[in-house]
Amino acid sequence: MADFVNQFWSWFIAIPTVLGILACAWLVLGNMSGKGSGSGSETTGHIWDVDLTEYNNPLPAWWLNLFLITIVWGLIYLVLYPGLGSFAGTLAWTSAERYEIEMAQAEDEYAPLFARYQKTDLALLAKDKVAMRTAERLFASYCSTCHGSDARGAVGFPNLRDGIWSWGGDPKQIKSTILDGRIGIMPGWATPLGGTQGVDDVTEYVLSLSGQEVNADQLLSGQEKFQTFCIGCHGVDGTGNPAVGAPNLTDMTWLYGGSRESIHRSIAVGRRGQMPGHQSFLGEHKVHLLAAYIVSLNP
Amino acid sequence: MNKEQTYNYDVVRQFTIMTVVWGIIGMLVGVFIAAQLAWPALNFDIPWLTFGRLRPLHTNAVVFAFGGSALFATSYYVVQRTCHVRLFADRLAAFTFWGWQVVIVLAAITLPLGYTASKEYAELEWPIDILITIVWVAYAVVFFGTIMRRKIRHIYVANWFFGGFIITIAFLHIVNSIAIPVSLTKSYSAFAGVQDAMIQWWYGHNAVGFFLTAGFLGIMYYFMPKQAGRPIYSYRLSVVHFWALVFTYIWAGPHHLHFTALPDWTQSLGMVFSVILLAPSWGGMINGIMTLSGAWQKLRTDPILKFLVVSISFYGMSTFEGPMMSIKTVNALSHYTDWTIGHVHSGALGWVGMISIGAVYFLIPRLFDREIYSKKLIETHFWVATIGIVLYIAAMWISGVMQGLMWRAVNADGTLTYSFIETVQAMHPYYVVRLLGGILYLSGMLLMAYNIFRTIKGAKTVEAQIPPLAHQGI
Repeated sequence: MADFVNQFWSWFIAIPTVLGILACAWLVLGNMSGKGSGSGSETTGHIWDVDLTEYNNPLPAWWLNLFLITIVWGLIYLVLYPGLGSFAGTLAWTSAERYEIEMAQAEDEYAPLFARYQKTDLALLAKDKVAMRTAERLFASYCSTCHGSDARGAVGFPNLRDGIWSWGGDPKQIKSTILDGRIGIMPGWATPLGGTQGVDDVTEYVLSLSGQEVNADQLLSGQEKFQTFCIGCHGVDGTGNPAVGAPNLTDMTWLYGGSRESIHRSIAVGRRGQMPGHQSFLGEHKVHLLAAYIVSLNP
Repeated sequence: MNKEQTYNYDVVRQFTIMTVVWGIIGMLVGVFIAAQLAWPALNFDIPWLTFGRLRPLHTNAVVFAFGGSALFATSYYVVQRTCHVRLFADRLAAFTFWGWQVVIVLAAITLPLGYTASKEYAELEWPIDILITIVWVAYAVVFFGTIMRRKIRHIYVANWFFGGFIITIAFLHIVNSIAIPVSLTKSYSAFAGVQDAMIQWWYGHNAVGFFLTAGFLGIMYYFMPKQAGRPIYSYRLSVVHFWALVFTYIWAGPHHLHFTALPDWTQSLGMVFSVILLAPSWGGMINGIMTLSGAWQKLRTDPILKFLVVSISFYGMSTFEGPMMSIKTVNALSHYTDWTIGHVHSGALGWVGMISIGAVYFLIPRLFDREIYSKKLIETHFWVATIGIVLYIAAMWISGVMQGLMWRAVNADGTLTYSFIETVQAMHPYYVVRLLGGILYLSGMLLMAYNIFRTIKGAKTVEAQIPPLAHQGI
């Protein structure tokens, strides 16, 4: 889109700019002659506040020259580069074109390498030490913000090297997770479960699934509710379902924390997890390499 | 005694004292957030102690509370004395003092609570913006009212700079703050997208250019020749560099938005005028330093003069660094790095801070008619502050250039050599050194507060007679 809706605004920029710089030049050239009292011993004759006076020394030549050089440089720059309204400059330089050129150069330089990696099977690529060094750098740049430099994750961001997968650990599934992203939604169940008491009961039952010590009084009621509301996703035995991203509740891996409070909250108000898709951002060749890297972390 | 025969020192005294108070508070917050950058746990998981809320409090406190009070104090002092007339409208002048203090207190409350217009150096919400405007207009009335009543035809050069700064800041503040209020504590800027960014940096850069440069050049033009006991070096230079400076500065804002969605032509203009700005900026440095020529020996014995001279040196250095950093090729390395933070602080601690401190030490004995309690403490303050600045700036230069180089380092396979967190790790030692520099500078301020407290304790306030005009002055 053009920056100027019509030519008037272009002149509106260009004319004051040129006049302004020329005014600076006039200021310099008009003072080149060494005007001023010069001797440095006579003041201008004005006296303020008892004893404040001024000499009127001529302007230092080096200072005027410095000023003039920057003015001349500025004018030359504005002839060569965009600046004077819609005048593109004689070099026709644009930042957008520079970006395109540099991206194209990078593409020429690096694309063949990544193309070769992309043709390699994920399991095989995961054993390629050179490729994995590249992948490690990509992971550090693009993935570590959420999953951590060591890929062990954080609360809400899964650990990628414990062999436990909400969405499946097959290399193809991992690649698909990175490529297209995942949205994991656990709805809030406070209302269907009949309020806090119901949530409390189910919390106890869920804790019991991983063999933790629980309040036995609530277990039966919790189990009953679990079998009604939860098995659709988490399964009758609570082992989850990677097809919908429902986690296994019988192990000690908890994406949002395994404390009684965290689990209670997960059930009562739910959780929303999002892994963004990286296809358009990174391109499939880099995603392929990253998927291989994740595979390599889980030998 | 007829009031009109005396200078109004009340408001000058008030602002001078608050310069020290706000300086200490603003710098204390700065030291605290510097410590947070080195050890993030220091935010204690308390929202209003987090960096994001305290950083604007720090900038507002040092720029507008400390720097602002220094400008009010000195401009009121200088304009009366160089016009040989009492300040215009005593009660309006008193209003500017109390109004400005209310603005600062409101800032200190609302910013930690998270109320923000989210414009850098203009974070305060619209009701406070309106109060600032009212106080500023009152300031202009007092200042120009005094100029109009002057007893001496020629307006002294310091007053041009003060006057230029007052007018331009009013203009910048009002335009940048135009917003649509949705509640008492929330508003949305009238500008959007890249236009908003451009207005913001037109304001932001000229807050530096007029508030922190032109205004403080006004301080320099009075206190330097007074303390040195020498005439200003060149009247002609002061005229030329004044007009060149105020004309050129106003164009320079776009260099804050290099390599953004701002159109190429706008970026170019910002860069060209930033480079042309070098000589006009240095005009002030030449006039300051050369005023001392013939009196260099005084530097050995006069700690106030040391503050002033070192201040001008940092002014010269940062006004060279600024144009250099505005050049796109350099900016590609320096932008978003700590180099910028170092640059700003060589201006803020070196130029603005040192000249304000020098002016305050000059003013206190005259405002309270007492000898300063300890000249030795001023000397100590000078060295502590200078070492503090050097540590701060050197740490940020190294850290910033390293950060920029690490960001752009690319491996043979096209991947980045360093992840972001590796650059943060590498900067940690320099953050600690920066903190040390900040602590030293703050310690100097505490010495100053003690020195001033001992000086003015029990002192009577001065009723300064307006001296008779020197006959040449008419």
